[in-house]
Amino acid sequence: MAFNFELPNPPTQNVGTKLGEGDLIRRSASSVPAPARQLTPVAKLIDVSKCIGCKACQSACLEWNDMRAEIGTNVGVYDNPPDLTPSMFTLMRFTEWVNPETQNLEWLIRKDGCMHCADPGCLKACPAPGAIVQYSNGIVDFVHENCIGCGYCVKGCPFNIPRISQVDHKAYKCTLCSDRVAVGQGPACAKACPTHAIVFGTKEEMTRHAAGRIEDLKSRGYANAGLYDPPGVGGTHVMYVLHHADKPEIYADLPRNPRISPIVELWKGVTKYAGLTAMAAFAAVGFLHHMVSGPNRVSPEDEDNAKRLTGSGPP
Amino acid sequence: MTAYDVEPGDKVHRGDPVTVDRYATGARINHWVTATCLVLLAISGLALFHPRLFFFTELFGGGQNTRAVHPWIGVVLFFSFLGLFVRFWRANLWKREDGTWLARLRDVLTAHEEKLPEVGKYNAGQKAVFWLMSILIVVLICSGLVIWDQYFAGYTTVEQKRLAVLIHALAAIVIICVWIVHVYAAIWVRGTIGAMTRGRVTGGWAWRHHRKWLRELVGGEGSRRTTPAE
Repeated sequence: MAFNFELPNPPTQNVGTKLGEGDLIRRSASSVPAPARQLTPVAKLIDVSKCIGCKACQSACLEWNDMRAEIGTNVGVYDNPPDLTPSMFTLMRFTEWVNPETQNLEWLIRKDGCMHCADPGCLKACPAPGAIVQYSNGIVDFVHENCIGCGYCVKGCPFNIPRISQVDHKAYKCTLCSDRVAVGQGPACAKACPTHAIVFGTKEEMTRHAAGRIEDLKSRGYANAGLYDPPGVGGTHVMYVLHHADKPEIYADLPRNPRISPIVELWKGVTKYAGLTAMAAFAAVGFLHHMVSGPNRVSPEDEDNAKRLTGSGPP
Repeated sequence: MTAYDVEPGDKVHRGDPVTVDRYATGARINHWVTATCLVLLAISGLALFHPRLFFFTELFGGGQNTRAVHPWIGVVLFFSFLGLFVRFWRANLWKREDGTWLARLRDVLTAHEEKLPEVGKYNAGQKAVFWLMSILIVVLICSGLVIWDQYFAGYTTVEQKRLAVLIHALAAIVIICVWIVHVYAAIWVRGTIGAMTRGRVTGGWAWRHHRKWLRELVGGEGSRRTTPAE
């Protein structure tokens, strides 16, 4: 079946939601029963070589999520706002790069936002049960009513994506428009993209479509064109086609081999269990010591000695 | 004469039994403010440390409130402990007999006080608790500020925050273990808790556990009343 660029228009009848509690495969700080069905993994593919930097995706994102970005100030670059914010889930990051081989100035524009990792660091770090969930189609979503605003997700994320709101103290990031996907739609950014640089479908379709794009780029001189679907985080459900896939860092510091930080793994892994074990062991040793040796009581002789020392009683 | 480990307010009262003032009212209030903070911090911290303990957040009015209040309790504890530090640091300086005492830990744990050197107001174990608490509280407040995102998120990188959160967790585990030792010792050695509730211990308690301190208190009054044999 040929992949269709055009996302369907919104349904006019109630189609029911296709994404629910029963489709969770991971839930932060808690466990979920194995889902009864496996949804087809989805993916958003961002073809950096086709992006014209129009920011329609940013506008569509703000509109769909009903958010208003604050009026900012020009910081001398095209990035607007200059960084992701609690109300700006996606951001075009512009890089002017001189290709050392051709001496050409290349304008690299990468749409930054949540990558929807198969192994999400945010979810691993989150201490609040159910504040971060992962659906069997690959979407990683924040459930704001459970969020406590601790910022652990920020530490867990290898891509530096979540932002904590100073208004309601909750974490925000791209939802991959889980609410739209639930009713058979695609993400708002993909719907708005005028050049089809952003496309959405099943992960399999997207990978296949990317292969075609990469082949095309290679035929036009981009020998190192490739797909960014980093295995260090188990692959992602937002992928990039990069014309210089051998140098991901030139695209506004896209990490070469992202993975959950070993520090976070240590903190959320062995420390968690060893810590509670150590505390329990100290308490248990104290209890056993008391059982074995009994209380350490002051004897009448000690009191007599004190009296003698202070000269306050008969020896 | 003022011995290094006789603190203001320490005083012997003759009688039957002999009583010894060990902690003045200010020191006791200071201690219990610190203790309350430490317990609240441990509970709220553990709630965010292990999912199984997340239910502790209910004690603080939910996760959001726990997250918001924990660092502030930490600030109160820091300054409260600073008060304890100023009061107690001199008497907690390491002395020669402390090494001997520590080397005979087996005799300590089997309550063979007669085999232990005479110690001042604090024994080596208490001094270890004091210095460990001091160091760990500094580590905890420093690492805690780095991860206090509500006010200080912009001052450090994410990588520094990751390191800080790990250090914070490790230091918290150690300080809770130190706290368990501290509380257990106070329970095991009968007659100790009164020092921090009413401020007094009996002369026998001081003779048994802190004889050097008792001698200094008695000697400091002018006339030494020790028998020649001692």
